[in-house]
Amino acid sequence: MNWKRATIAVFASTPLIALFAYGFTRDPGEIPSPLPGREAPEFALEVFAPGEAPLARRVGDTISLRELTGKVTVVNFWASWCLACRDEHEALSETARQYAFSPTQFVGVLYNDRPALGVNWIERMGGQSYPSVTDERSRTAIDYGLYGVPETFVIDPSGRIAYKHIGPITSSVLRSWIDSLLPGAATDTATELETR
Amino acid sequence: MIGLIAHNALLLSAAVVVFGAVLTPIAIRTNRREWLQLTYGAVYTNFLLVSLATALMIVALVIHDFSVSYVAAVGSRSTPLLFTVISLWGALEGSILFWAWVLALYAAAVVWFHRNRPGNLVPYASMTMLAVAAFFAILLAGPADPFVPVWPVPADGPGPNTLLQNHVLMAVHPPLLYLGYVGMTVPFAFAIGAILSNEAASNDWAILSRRWMLASWAFLSAAIIAGMWWSYEVLGWGGYWAWDPVENASFLPWLTATAYLHSVMVQERRNMLRLWTLNLCVATFVLTILGTFLTRSGILSSVHAFTTGTIGYYFLAFIAVVLVATLVLVAGNAERIRTTGTLGGVASRETVFLLNNLFLTAVMLTVLVGTLYPLVAEAIRGVKVSVGEPFFNRMAVPAMVALIFLMGVGPALPWGSTTVAEARRRMIPPSIGALVLVAIGVLAGARGMYAVLAFAFVGYAAVGNLREYWIGVRARHRAHGENWGTALVRLILGNRRRYGGYVAHIGVLLVALGVTASSTFRSEREATLLPGELLTVAGHTVRLQSVWGREEPQRSVIGATMDVLGTDGVVIGTVEPRMNYYHVSDQPVPTPDVRSSIRGDLYVNLSAFEPNGANATVKVIVEPLVPWIWFGGFVIVLGAVIGMFHRGRRTTIPPAPMASAPLPEPRVMETVP
Repeated sequence: MNWKRATIAVFASTPLIALFAYGFTRDPGEIPSPLPGREAPEFALEVFAPGEAPLARRVGDTISLRELTGKVTVVNFWASWCLACRDEHEALSETARQYAFSPTQFVGVLYNDRPALGVNWIERMGGQSYPSVTDERSRTAIDYGLYGVPETFVIDPSGRIAYKHIGPITSSVLRSWIDSLLPGAATDTATELETR
Repeated sequence: MIGLIAHNALLLSAAVVVFGAVLTPIAIRTNRREWLQLTYGAVYTNFLLVSLATALMIVALVIHDFSVSYVAAVGSRSTPLLFTVISLWGALEGSILFWAWVLALYAAAVVWFHRNRPGNLVPYASMTMLAVAAFFAILLAGPADPFVPVWPVPADGPGPNTLLQNHVLMAVHPPLLYLGYVGMTVPFAFAIGAILSNEAASNDWAILSRRWMLASWAFLSAAIIAGMWWSYEVLGWGGYWAWDPVENASFLPWLTATAYLHSVMVQERRNMLRLWTLNLCVATFVLTILGTFLTRSGILSSVHAFTTGTIGYYFLAFIAVVLVATLVLVAGNAERIRTTGTLGGVASRETVFLLNNLFLTAVMLTVLVGTLYPLVAEAIRGVKVSVGEPFFNRMAVPAMVALIFLMGVGPALPWGSTTVAEARRRMIPPSIGALVLVAIGVLAGARGMYAVLAFAFVGYAAVGNLREYWIGVRARHRAHGENWGTALVRLILGNRRRYGGYVAHIGVLLVALGVTASSTFRSEREATLLPGELLTVAGHTVRLQSVWGREEPQRSVIGATMDVLGTDGVVIGTVEPRMNYYHVSDQPVPTPDVRSSIRGDLYVNLSAFEPNGANATVKVIVEPLVPWIWFGGFVIVLGAVIGMFHRGRRTTIPPAPMASAPLPEPRVMETVP
């Protein structure tokens, strides 16, 4: 028995065991969001569903994040095949209408779906107040680190992501974020983030 | 009542295995042969006790005894009988019980078959298996006890995981996997036994464990193929391999086991690679435990991860013990185990075997790194990453393609050495095979480099292996005047290990061909159809006939009946993709329908439908040669079975005569102290 070699072998195996031990402190199901607080990734996407007056945009128009500086922007990723998107549809559409005359912009981004199916879905859901855009080859979805649909991002007037919501969003969550981010709101984003 | 008896049987089995494991070294040190008989008795007793507990679990499942915790967790009165029985391995506690049973079975079989072998190899091997069994016994006694009494007794349970009760392959894949996985304990036990009994410096233990490794390897191969088949038939995405951590976990030990089956031949013939072969045995076992740990403890996210509990910590401790103990034993004794044999020549079969081992190990390490990387990245950089198909395809596929090439080179080269001119001459027929298959592949539309290379090497290796049969059969036909059929059978029976190996090669080539063709020539389309509408994909046309619904005791079924049309528009068959809604789950389970022929599959999956039956959205995938993969799996197993039942062990193997190489040291059976 060569104990020197044996000892070296034991030491060589400790990093692996330590790695596994570390693994227990993590939850593999947890999906981190590196985005909140960071600058929102730029996008310029084509409208395929116009939305309704007064929020309507023409089909074929391009909505880009740059032109939305100064507004609170709500970006919602959705798909016609997504069941949870049906649950949040009403909340999003109604909230967008309520803030129609404040500096806000709601944008729906169709994820992994065909525009025709998306239009069909909006029709069946009874319309959507704000415009939806297509995301060619999911470029924007990748930039935003999308894990699934629905996911909703609230972007502050300076273009930073203030909040990311995974799963169906509710109108109260939307309202509280928009209120806190609208120019002239009492609290600033940082303290708001902390209290939440 | 059932729970109480079974629980006590398991407690008793824990005591018995610990007793047997502790008594073995004492009996050997004090040279008490009659005590060794006691330890063998412990192995048999453990088998009886765990068998009793397993049988009682099956009874409890069948009679719906919901006072047993495991039955309350996975049983349901509405589940069909078959799926009730196989839910034995449908969740964590049951699968650990089943694992313990398979291990007890293997241990009993090993001790029974080798009980009369002189020396301490078998006692130490039995001790190693008892020690591993002790770990599972401890799990079953406490953290993974499937027999915890439930009070008040529920009237009904949720039934097994819906994905697991949707297809009959679930009755096949897990037991095969356990037989393969757990079987790897036997070669490991022989390796540890060889070191402890000072027999590692002979080749005997490796030859002894070869047959066990071959059996486990056959089970594991079959299990991997059955798993691919299940995923193909149930998950509805038309694929069979996704480099999911659990797939990798089954693939890793397969790679080292395959390397072992080749390196042990070099060890036997040329007296080389003894330490390496031993390491492969050990690595295979460690990888099975590692794979189980990674996928079952919840450390990596995987579709197969069971619920996490404290059990992960037990596994961690077990891995630590296994790793440290084996590393100490192997590293501490490495110098004594090392061999002195050398290569005969560059153009020789052993060179090809060395390369084969090199590439198999490279694939193994690549897959291991890819599987563990998310954990490493999070530990070091604090970021979540996932390593997906592109990494594995880019990193592992080239080496796998190279391995196919070697499968054609190896059989064509003799042991020892040969001249370059002779080697070149032997390469001509396989090269023709390569050209033919490449021509077919390119004409069919293959363009990617690896696809073309894969076709070339499959053709090359197929001819290389078939030619060995041709040469042997022709020789017998000429020499003994045997008819071709008799000559073939006698040829195989005359050297089962060799020709079994070639059969397994053909099986692997069939799998490789099926994988290459189905991934290269796959075409798919998705469309929403009204009844009567047609959808054509790659020359296959289907027509939606109707969308229907049906209630079954445990689920609701929505299906689409579709006609398959021939080229002249005549109906040649029907497919019925379905979606199964189990009452216990919100997630529907897709149930694609597959119409197979020798040329490939028409795979139809129902993706969506209108509740009123007005239309159905279906995905139609045409995948050539997919059935060849499943058939290849059978051929691999057939090859292993032929190789397993070779008559007796060769006692003397004359080294291939040659001038250039030094004579290998004579094979000495070490006398046991």
